[in-house]
Amino acid sequence: MSGPSVLFDVPGPKARRSSLISSIVAGLLILAGLGWIALTLAAPRQSGGITLPGFFDPTRWNIFADPEVWSFIIFQGVVGTLSAALTASVFALILGVILSLLRSAETAWIRVPVAVVLEFVRGMPVLLMMLFILLVLNTGAFWAVVAALSLYNGALIGEALRAGLAALPRGQREAGLSLGMRPLQSKMLVEFPQAFRQMLPIIVAQLVVLLKDTSLGFIVGYTELLRVDMNNLGSFYGNRYLFSLFVITLVLYLAMNLSLSWFARWLSKRTASKSSGKRLDPTDPGQAMLVAQASAASKQTPQF
Amino acid sequence: MDAVIENLPTYWRGFSMTLLLLGVSGLSALVIGTIIAAMRISPVASLRGFATVYTELVRNTPLTLVLLFCAIILPYLGSRLEYQVAAMIGLSVYTSPFVAEALRSGINGVPVGQAEAARSVGLGFGQTVGMIVLPQAFRMTIPPLINVFIALTKNTSVAGGFFVFELFAAGRELANARGDAVIAILLGVATLYLLITVPLGVIAGQLERKWVVQR
Repeated sequence: MSGPSVLFDVPGPKARRSSLISSIVAGLLILAGLGWIALTLAAPRQSGGITLPGFFDPTRWNIFADPEVWSFIIFQGVVGTLSAALTASVFALILGVILSLLRSAETAWIRVPVAVVLEFVRGMPVLLMMLFILLVLNTGAFWAVVAALSLYNGALIGEALRAGLAALPRGQREAGLSLGMRPLQSKMLVEFPQAFRQMLPIIVAQLVVLLKDTSLGFIVGYTELLRVDMNNLGSFYGNRYLFSLFVITLVLYLAMNLSLSWFARWLSKRTASKSSGKRLDPTDPGQAMLVAQASAASKQTPQF
Repeated sequence: MDAVIENLPTYWRGFSMTLLLLGVSGLSALVIGTIIAAMRISPVASLRGFATVYTELVRNTPLTLVLLFCAIILPYLGSRLEYQVAAMIGLSVYTSPFVAEALRSGINGVPVGQAEAARSVGLGFGQTVGMIVLPQAFRMTIPPLINVFIALTKNTSVAGGFFVFELFAAGRELANARGDAVIAILLGVATLYLLITVPLGVIAGQLERKWVVQR
């Protein structure tokens, strides 16, 4: 933990020693729990009178020695997941810019309907949107996944950008206008680049959510990592490998998501040190958005 | 429209299961999340480490993968849970780190000076926590917690992909049966989801405005 806690004093020697002891005891308990789980998994089990090998037995993992399996996992699974995520990210970013412009439009005739549609999109499960697009527009699984993810995340990115625009000092817009720019020009050339930079960590964190959500394609029948591993490989090699396939899938997802998350954190640290020192926690887009909106509100009302 | 009206019982069956999933996993996520948050801010380093690793791992695992584990891998490992119970476990585990983070940010959001002031006027640890820190943390925590529950409501739809008959599964089944009225049927499902999420969002927004701590 960084810095002093709200609740505790800086510990003295006695408190430090007792904290060290309880630390060791708790650590041993946690390790014992994990060890118990590992041993239970490793033990051979009885099923219908037949003894099956434990889950760490080589016969449950030998398919991973075959490069064919790996090329299938990588070229079908990982590529399927990443291509859906990448396409959806591009569309979500474009949509986010457009939506934040429409949402902050001067005329109520544009602003209000867009706000209603955004509320609708944000209150609905992404999975339902995928099903809707799949059944109504008949686009095929890839575009159903991409369209639903772009729409949903575009709405959230648009909201983040809008908060970023509102958080800018008013002088930025005034300076643009005073140079003779039209309002839209000032928005695109002066305000957007700054808002985008300010909100970049939140946007990247939202892209982590998007990457995670591509796995919903499993349910609507899009061939991505989860489907390749658990459905295709799982039924081809049989139940025996279900557990090991799951572990591999989990590790691959964690590798992709954690590296993106760390990238978001690194970005936020980098931008925080240069800008006004307001730090947004990128790992929670909702929370960070609240902070941004609050700071936007505080900048709009004059403070004395 | 008639496709929606004649299928109201099916809608209700799905909707009540969605509400059940939301209620049970919301409550248990609250319990697990509170424990994790307590570990995260405790002075014991190993508990903090465990809570951090748990939060990071669970938060970066897709919900589909968590529910797949509960629906397919758990029975394969020998558990005999019903699919809905398994889904509730999965949803609770998946939601708990988000609850923990909301709680933690509430407690960390209370300025250190508040606790220092409380101690300097002679309040003990229990009094400081109970009378000064927690009431302020609580006010800051409720709106983000409601947002977590809104997300949970939407996430219950994923359980529909794993043998649980809730709102999404009901919508999919009805849409397959009545190919001529897909739009009406799915809009009906969307309305029912909005019936939960929109009021929650309104409450969160109002509490946000009403309870914001002026500094």
